[in-house]
Amino acid sequence: MSIEKKQNAIIEEFSVFDDWMDKYAYLVDLGNELAPLSPEEKTDDNLIDGCQSKLWIIAELQNGKMHFKTDSDAIITKGIASLLIRAIEGETPKDVMNSKLSFIDEIGLYQHLSPTRSNGLLAMTKRIKAYAIAFNAKA
Amino acid sequence: MNIQNIRKDFPILDQKIYEKPLIYLDNAATTQKPVQVIEAMDDLYYRLNSNIHRGVHYLSEESTSAHENARKYIADFIHAKHTHEVIFTRGTTEAVNLVAFSFGEKYIQEDDEILITEMEHHSNFVPWQMLAERKSAKFKVLRFEEDGSLSLEKFKSAISEKTKIISITHVSNVLGTINPIKEMIRIAHEAGVPVFVDAAQSIQHLPVDVQDLDCDFLAFSGHKIYGPTGIGVLYGKEKYLDEMPPYQGGGEMISSVSIDKTSFNELPFKFEAGTPNYVAAIGLHAALKYLENIGLQDVMQYEHDLFVYATQQLLEIEGLKMIGTAQKKTSVLSFVMDGIHPYDMGTMLDKTGIAVRTGTHCAEPIMQHYGISGTIRASVALYNTKAEIDRLIENLKKIQLILS
Repeated sequence: MSIEKKQNAIIEEFSVFDDWMDKYAYLVDLGNELAPLSPEEKTDDNLIDGCQSKLWIIAELQNGKMHFKTDSDAIITKGIASLLIRAIEGETPKDVMNSKLSFIDEIGLYQHLSPTRSNGLLAMTKRIKAYAIAFNAKA
Repeated sequence: MNIQNIRKDFPILDQKIYEKPLIYLDNAATTQKPVQVIEAMDDLYYRLNSNIHRGVHYLSEESTSAHENARKYIADFIHAKHTHEVIFTRGTTEAVNLVAFSFGEKYIQEDDEILITEMEHHSNFVPWQMLAERKSAKFKVLRFEEDGSLSLEKFKSAISEKTKIISITHVSNVLGTINPIKEMIRIAHEAGVPVFVDAAQSIQHLPVDVQDLDCDFLAFSGHKIYGPTGIGVLYGKEKYLDEMPPYQGGGEMISSVSIDKTSFNELPFKFEAGTPNYVAAIGLHAALKYLENIGLQDVMQYEHDLFVYATQQLLEIEGLKMIGTAQKKTSVLSFVMDGIHPYDMGTMLDKTGIAVRTGTHCAEPIMQHYGISGTIRASVALYNTKAEIDRLIENLKKIQLILS
């Protein structure tokens, strides 16, 4: 499935919520479902220190496709991070590089990517792009 | 005190956030402004705006006198001996920086000691740390007790012959502790050491009388006491302010300038370089008048009752731990909840229309003391109600179920 299709699927998934609480309860579920990183994986290199919450991201390139792992000490941050990852998991560096990741806006979570939020998610999207650019240059 | 009438003075409170009535409990960060303040500033821009001091025309005279009346009113409000002991700054932070620089230039030398406490806001921490580095002086930090109070004995023994300045917060912005500053100032003065008081979290909740306290410096911000942003007050004893060199150079602060030499203006202007924020000073004047009109004693009693009620209600929540349990506290309620990241709680409370603050509250040493990454902080002001506290409690419990 292309990044765009995966984004559309997420938007579809979130369209059933008309209550903020339900939407956030779902994000909490997503956060809880995501396997935590091991202490060894939570290195300073993988850390995005967001002042309020910590966020880790690991990106790898295997057979030309990008694979991600992420974790956060805050569950909502982790839930949103897991959505970001879902949209780009298994895609080529080029596709990740060119992805818009606009679905976060469309499911009403844009404020979590605002520069004032200090949860590390904005920095995470930038780092994902940086990884993609680096992997693409190597390829 | 009619709380419903008071709430009408704060138009911002009457709105819905995510379709829920706004409950504003982030007052330690900034308070909302009554119409009296907004209108005073509007009026100035509509009718009187003109740069102050030295203008010979009508508007300048009027705005100058409004600005200087504000200074006089503030001096009376804090019971300063002289009006010229009140210096306008951008806020508490600038006031601390001003004293750390100017006092430091005059009085701090290598190996001298600067004493602060572990519960200071970064604004009353970093400028002193910077001063210590600049002068190769020693930066000493008095630890607080487990309940978030300061020990007077430990304070006394932390003062040495080398201590040249002490800076303490009156009320902690995280712990809510009311420090016994009058007693601490007495102890410091016995050792001949001047004291700077950070009153950013006390001026709006407690009586502050600088002569009774006998503090040497005291600072607060306008925006935390129902006034506008961008204005703060530094009180300093005349004897120090006279001796200290200027902080910044520019207009207003000079008496004459030539290529060979510049001589500086007298107090308070010596420390007020550039066009002052006279509009905000006038707004602050209106805010203090507003408080005095309601009656400071009544406000304090009301806030105290609300604070006690909120504390009791919060402690009934299972898995909630209060951070800061000193005997004497005011307005600030910091807590953590088992297995819940403060950021998650703050984010979800927001969706219920409730504004609280989460994180380290610019006081990382306090977090390090308790080994926590942050707290959830609710802070009350004169317009908050028990019904609002009830809604906070109800939503905390509801969200606790979702998050744990």
